[in-house]
Amino acid sequence: MFQALVNPDRFMAFSRWAAPLLGVIALVLAAAGLVLDFQAPPDYQQGYTVHIMFIHVPAAFMSEFVYACLGVASFLSLVFRHALATAAARAAAPLGAGFTLLALITGSLWGRPTWGTWWVWDPRLTSVLVLFLFYIGYMALEAAVEDEAKAARAAAILALVGLINLPIVHYSVVWWNSLHQGSSLLRAGGPAMPAVYLAPLLLMVFAYMAGFGALWLVRIRGEVWRRRAAVLAMRAVA
Amino acid sequence: MFDFDAGRYAIFVWPAYAVTGLVLAVLILDTLLRARRWRRAAEAAKTLRPEGDTPQ
Repeated sequence: MFQALVNPDRFMAFSRWAAPLLGVIALVLAAAGLVLDFQAPPDYQQGYTVHIMFIHVPAAFMSEFVYACLGVASFLSLVFRHALATAAARAAAPLGAGFTLLALITGSLWGRPTWGTWWVWDPRLTSVLVLFLFYIGYMALEAAVEDEAKAARAAAILALVGLINLPIVHYSVVWWNSLHQGSSLLRAGGPAMPAVYLAPLLLMVFAYMAGFGALWLVRIRGEVWRRRAAVLAMRAVA
Repeated sequence: MFDFDAGRYAIFVWPAYAVTGLVLAVLILDTLLRARRWRRAAEAAKTLRPEGDTPQ
């Protein structure tokens, strides 16, 4: 399947139906997740702030997942110099930055009532802020270098350097004393929460993933069109 | 049934949902508008290309 999709024409044919399908799946999953979210009782400790969990945790998960996608695409772009991999990396960065921004803002809105502070230089919060800065740095570097091939290579190297931060984000709550709670979803022994919270949370995580898939494919399609337009315009001038 | 009551935490819960809706809407709109712009640019550039020229 991967071999087939590296051909731009095949990718365009595949993404033409896959992107809207993923978009519909995302909407259905998000609707189901929100229905269960607002039927869930207030948590015995956190009260009604538990509602923030259903939008914060998926955004935080996606901030790491999208960066992993950006890293893989950057690696393929750097090693194989494949235009579609470069387009995939370029397309992932703004989406990842959006999810990371959401994780930071909703986390702050959750932290104020539960921790008593909007922000603290805690290992988890700080490493997620660094992740956000890597996304911003990637986009700024891509935009700053005029030669597109050089820009893609420089940004890909930055993206690969930023991969070091991913395990730091994930394990920061294990390696250091952190105000942030430990992982309650991806942990040995299974998720540590009752089904009444786990079901809407998983639905929202899958909704965010499907939504990212749809937007990513559409953005890659846009990149392919942009390159085609540039090539055609250059040939017309020549 | 549905419980939209957030009690004294409403000032934290509803802004979190509003910001999420806003950021996701911006991501969706930006994605669709960019894709439409480049598709139109590619279609417009096609009319300029010489006969038999098919870029990848």
